Amino acid sequence: MIKATNLKKSYDSLNVLSDINLTIQAGQVYGLIGRSGAGKSTLLRCINGLESYDSGSLTVDGIEVNSLSDKEAREFKREIGMIFQQFSLLNRLSVYENIALPMKCWNYKKKHIDKRIKELVEMVGIPDKLYARPNELSGGQKQRVAIARALSMDPKILLCDEATSALDPNTAKSIITLLNEINNQLGITIVVVTHQMSVLRSACEEISIMENGLIVESGPVETVFLNQSRALSNLIGNKDLIFPKSGVNLKVLLSRETAEKTIVTQMSRELDADFMILGGETERYRNSVLGSLIINIPVESFAKITNYMDCHHVVWKNIEDEINTSNELEEDKRV
Amino acid sequence: MFNGEFCAEWWKYFNGIIGPSIFSTLRMLTATMVLAFIFGFALSIILIIVRPDGLDPHKRLYKVLDFFVNMVRSFPIIILIVAISPLTRAVVGTTIGEKAAILPLTIAATPFIARIFENAFAQVDKQLIEAARSFGASNMQIVFRVMVKEAIPSLVAGMTLTTISYLAATTIAGAVGAGGLGAVALNYGYQSFNNVILYTAVIILCIMAQIIQGIGNFIYKKL
Repeated sequence: MIKATNLKKSYDSLNVLSDINLTIQAGQVYGLIGRSGAGKSTLLRCINGLESYDSGSLTVDGIEVNSLSDKEAREFKREIGMIFQQFSLLNRLSVYENIALPMKCWNYKKKHIDKRIKELVEMVGIPDKLYARPNELSGGQKQRVAIARALSMDPKILLCDEATSALDPNTAKSIITLLNEINNQLGITIVVVTHQMSVLRSACEEISIMENGLIVESGPVETVFLNQSRALSNLIGNKDLIFPKSGVNLKVLLSRETAEKTIVTQMSRELDADFMILGGETERYRNSVLGSLIINIPVESFAKITNYMDCHHVVWKNIEDEINTSNELEEDKRV
Repeated sequence: MFNGEFCAEWWKYFNGIIGPSIFSTLRMLTATMVLAFIFGFALSIILIIVRPDGLDPHKRLYKVLDFFVNMVRSFPIIILIVAISPLTRAVVGTTIGEKAAILPLTIAATPFIARIFENAFAQVDKQLIEAARSFGASNMQIVFRVMVKEAIPSLVAGMTLTTISYLAATTIAGAVGAGGLGAVALNYGYQSFNNVILYTAVIILCIMAQIIQGIGNFIYKKL
């Protein structure tokens, strides 16, 4: 279990982490999302002690990370695997030697190393590339090698620093699938840092959104999505929809229960109300499907429709409100 | 000009003077390179570790070493040889001959190699070092298992460059009593107005440089 309380870190006058509070349960896939410079990578590096923090506490299984001596810190890192955006493989070593490197550093027996590597390449799905050099591999294959290397010493935690950001969407998806499998099979806690929403959606159970060194929102991924907080829309950005001049624009959020029903057309029929559909999408999450629909309704049927949606537990938001608040915020910033 | 008489005379010089001096030069060069490689490699490891952005920064130690490296490298080789002749006499017992030349050449080549190697190590991707740290590698393991491994091609290229530079340096050392091809070219060739010896020595030096570069390139490609 990873627990951060009042964690702070700054470089000179720049606060990279200001007061982070976070709990990650064992066995979870946890996502940290934010724009670049939000401090998510720094937070991740604090977890395995690659970076130190100035004040506050960060414990992993009850061990205070900053309190470890050099030697203890090395032992501690053994328990935590890490993968990187640029894969960080040694180009002059074969896949086999790359995966063997951590075990060699910890003086594992040759026989054990050999056995472990064969298991690992099977697990990550590259058994035929054992003696290839990294530059003969595709990006996805390189990341698989890096995952095998990170898992070589049976870590309890796997940290992923933008692990799919350098990959094309399909390859990224396959890496996410692999990480999910690893989480299911081995029960390893996985912490994912990313700026890609798709990664969070398909991998994480819980997420935290970071902004300027602060966690501005956290919770189960579906809840965060259904909340549609400002932090989330800041991150995704509002789609450039063209809204009709009249009527009210609503965003209808379809949760796990409602996403697979024909709730919107039902509503139209039952209320005998017409509305325009401006846009919509459904997205697959780790365990469910969530969707959103943007509709334009006449002002006079506003009460009727919102009432109907409330009765059927459909979450909705008035888009004008959202735009206004974000505009106000922009103005606040300017002031 | 290239008649039988010329050939006989050339062979006499070659067999008597130039030939043995080739081996003398090679012995000096090999000894210097082996010693300078050992010391230079060790020094480069220390430099890369204590560098301000290194694995275990020690600002003051780095400054001292850095100053020493720059100072020795700033000496022209011929000045260095005569300047440290008291030291050479104390260590080797004489300032003349092959053995006496090896000491100053090694002293000059060590910082040269150290700097080239340090730069080669510094070129190794910082993310690789971070990855190694992330699985708990010690500083020494990072140096030897990651940095040295990744930098080998640059190290080979650096050694080739150094060897050719110090082939030239051994011939310069010949001017102040070191013997070898340089001494032959100067004493028997230039100062005795014997162009045959002078240019034969020059051509042989060129060929040696080409061969060294060729071997270096071959190893580089094999890696």
